[in-house]
Amino acid sequence: MTQEQTNLTIDNPKMSARDVKVFYGEKQAIKGVSIDVGMDHVTAFIGPSGCGKSTFLRTLNRMNDTVASARVEGEITLDGENIYAPSMDVVQLRARVGMVFQKPNPFPKSIYENIAYGPRIHGLAAGKADMDVIVEKSLRRAGLWDEVKDRLHDSGTALSGGQQQRLCIGRAIAVEPEVILMDEPCSALDPIATAKIEELIHELRGRYAIVIVTHNMQQAARVSQRTAFFHLGDLVEYGVTSDIFTNPRQERTKDYITGRYG
Amino acid sequence: MSTRNPTDWKSEAMRKRIAGRYAAERRFKFAGLFAVVLSASFLAFLLVTMMGNGLRGFTRTEIALKVDFPASPLLLDPKAITDEALANANLPMVTGTVAKTALGDKADALLSPTAWINIRDAIKADPTILSRTATISVPASTGLDLAAKSKGSPEMEAEVARLKQQGVLSTGFNFGFLTASDGTDPTQVGIWGAFKGSLLTMLVTLILSFPVGVATALYLEEYARKNWWTDIIEVSINNLAAVPSIIFGLLGLSIFLNLAHLPRSAALVGGMTLALMTMPVIVIAGRNAIKSVPPSIRDAALGIGASPVQVVFQHVLPLALPGILTGTIIGMARALGETAPLLMIGMRAFIATPPGGITDPATVLPVQIFLWSDEVSKGFVEKTSAAIIVLLAFLLAMNGLAIYLRNKFETRW
Repeated sequence: MTQEQTNLTIDNPKMSARDVKVFYGEKQAIKGVSIDVGMDHVTAFIGPSGCGKSTFLRTLNRMNDTVASARVEGEITLDGENIYAPSMDVVQLRARVGMVFQKPNPFPKSIYENIAYGPRIHGLAAGKADMDVIVEKSLRRAGLWDEVKDRLHDSGTALSGGQQQRLCIGRAIAVEPEVILMDEPCSALDPIATAKIEELIHELRGRYAIVIVTHNMQQAARVSQRTAFFHLGDLVEYGVTSDIFTNPRQERTKDYITGRYG
Repeated sequence: MSTRNPTDWKSEAMRKRIAGRYAAERRFKFAGLFAVVLSASFLAFLLVTMMGNGLRGFTRTEIALKVDFPASPLLLDPKAITDEALANANLPMVTGTVAKTALGDKADALLSPTAWINIRDAIKADPTILSRTATISVPASTGLDLAAKSKGSPEMEAEVARLKQQGVLSTGFNFGFLTASDGTDPTQVGIWGAFKGSLLTMLVTLILSFPVGVATALYLEEYARKNWWTDIIEVSINNLAAVPSIIFGLLGLSIFLNLAHLPRSAALVGGMTLALMTMPVIVIAGRNAIKSVPPSIRDAALGIGASPVQVVFQHVLPLALPGILTGTIIGMARALGETAPLLMIGMRAFIATPPGGITDPATVLPVQIFLWSDEVSKGFVEKTSAAIIVLLAFLLAMNGLAIYLRNKFETRW
């Protein structure tokens, strides 16, 4: 195996995966991936379509549990605690490990309600005034406050695609997660909206551990400090982003980032 | 590889193909228009004939009968008017005598056989009329009623002309039809008993079938694992929705009446039987509505840590509700028009008093229509049509409510 050559451990990891395998029925989608995700950088997962990067991302907050045929082996820890252990409550896990999806998916409710929903179900707000504070803070962090502060009670689905995606990021932030997983968050957005989301990711770095799956290698180079290259269910190479892009150690990584396949 | 000639878009064959395509389109349009016009004309025919017959059913011909109480053979003490005294006063005979004085020898054929009830009620309302001559409106007989409103026998037509000249004949809206119940005299029957019976039956059906149906749909869609066991349940539910309604009547008869000994002819049993029939419809519509909720909404809710129950009740159910309501209304409308299963559980009995509760003997609108259409008396023909109008109005009101609720809960994306 080629993984020994890659630098997969980091100091003080927020989440770490060891020999994770994912099966969909008989088909193996992830073939033993070990990786550490740090608190103070953005980690990008890149790779061609169908390489398993989204599948692996979804194991980090157990969203694969909703797929009846999916089976996960190996160990994934959050702050050293195995998230697949029976003692781990999956609802609480998903509050601590938030997720932003490929297609903006705001609830068909008001902007305010979209943000307030998470804090409400987790009992984070002590009354209406407190909730107002949480909503404003979350929308500010999501870079959306100035655009929507006068129409908080309009439907979230009436916003533009880019605004909807920032609303979804704000919704994830509102429950004060420790990790935010982003599954190709810009693939449905235009370049200007994409630039805004990337800017937002920069601002959120350090406060949350961020893992982003992207098709777009330039995006990975722009927003991330660590990059993992997946291919056919394998983690081929993982390292500091600038190293991966300027000096890949693996032949397959080099072929991919130079555009030979993907 | 052989070289092919470039396509000639202007060739004769191409022109014909285009013409054929347009012709097919015109034929299809015409066929659709024809179908729409045909069904619309059937509907118009139904409405016109029903309104023509039925609206007359809402009116009643009355005769202003002059009653000279002091001169009548009525033996009643104005100070002691009790139900018992009235019952012993032989009012039917007295009414006959009084009518002969006022209207001539053929009075028996002119007045409804139950005209004495109006006189009794007038005395009860105001006993002082016993000491003077009063004019009391009493219903005309069926024959006279028909002659006054449309076409009757020649003798009756002549009587109508004579009474009209006297100025004692009037045709007006029959409030009794909306407040009375079934009876033997078509001039005195009303729809209220059957209407209330339908209302109570539908209430029982809704209360039983809606929560159970929605819960079943939610469980099957959101919780149940997909295995052969749930496949069997799904096939069974689909089959149940297609079972002829009379079979449900037999089921109700054997379980609710013979096994559980619930009261016969009651709205409770009728509602339970119809609930059995409605539930599969609600389950199927509910499952389809739940399936059509976008998975991205589930992901969004799960992704911020909503529990499965919260996802279902705070996101999936509200979004599926318009579809569920549509299915429920279709099922309820079918149940409202259902006769066969109710006949099996005894709801075809002659019931002359409106049901006081869900365990009292009751009948429902379609069964009432069925019973009246079977009556020999000619006066029931227009009552049957009038009852159909009431049933359709009930249905329309129910559908209107459903459309209102659906629009209210509909989410704009």
